[in-house]
Amino acid sequence: MQYSVCDYLIDLLQNSVEAKATVITLDYIEKDGSLSVCIGDNGSGMNEETLKKSTDPFYTDGIKHKNRKVGLGLPFLIQMLENIGGEFDIKSEEEMGTSLFFSISLDNIDCPPEGDIAGTFRTLMTFDGEYDLLINRHKNGKNYSISRSELAEALGDLNSADSQILAKQFFVSQEDDLK
Amino acid sequence: MAKLTLDDLRKLRDSKKNEVSKRDTEGKEIEVIIGMGTCGIAAGAKETMDAFLDEIDKEGLKNVAIKQTGCMGFCTYEPTVEIKVPGMPDTLYNNVNTDIARRIVHRHIKDKKMVSEYVQDRPSIDIMENK
Repeated sequence: MQYSVCDYLIDLLQNSVEAKATVITLDYIEKDGSLSVCIGDNGSGMNEETLKKSTDPFYTDGIKHKNRKVGLGLPFLIQMLENIGGEFDIKSEEEMGTSLFFSISLDNIDCPPEGDIAGTFRTLMTFDGEYDLLINRHKNGKNYSISRSELAEALGDLNSADSQILAKQFFVSQEDDLK
Repeated sequence: MAKLTLDDLRKLRDSKKNEVSKRDTEGKEIEVIIGMGTCGIAAGAKETMDAFLDEIDKEGLKNVAIKQTGCMGFCTYEPTVEIKVPGMPDTLYNNVNTDIARRIVHRHIKDKKMVSEYVQDRPSIDIMENK
């Protein structure tokens, strides 16, 4: 299990990037103590059988490490959701992409801490790879949206430490504005 | 902090760029590659990344690229971080918590000496054995 809700996001986005998605959307919507997260990508997707297996902790495609026998990303998320009565849905189609949804009550006493949202968004924007990511963030009637391409256009190379420091400042200021 | 716009970011970037051009940099890039798979995240790789960025910023180091990658196969030693400094061997560090990250910035990246006790020299058993 991961420590914070944001940690799960990093894992899920990493899946999309590794599925060679070129366009990813993340909706992160907080309203009246509940959080809904929607992630959609146009990556390699999964067929019905693989999709079913993807929620099994003892399944991995074996591409990255051929002897490894576990794949814990989605199972960790599902475990957390089961613990606190969250909702979960995943749809996928080969060559088309994958979309995933979960929602939780942040007020639930067993809900993990939400985590560092600004730092997490910075992390999601700066994975190595050629992908665009659109983040739509809503909180109690206020919102902001930003895409990786806009950020790259403003900051230049997103791999540079300087860009990442500024990206974090940007997200911190946006999050402050939602308070 | 006032809400930053993309225009503000451009200005901030340009002012950072000016700082860089005033310094006498080698022009060769240092790379910090952080394992951000399920295992890395669970072990605190994001906090490690924050520590690298913070220390690099404090020390005013330029020409450093920070990259994130998936699981590198050393799950039991996470967070793992690979450091590539021109003129030094590429080095994989294990169990890099925020303190070690700061030490790596000072000792490896700045002083060009290794943090020997955290250098990773053995892959995980399930990757090594030909099962």
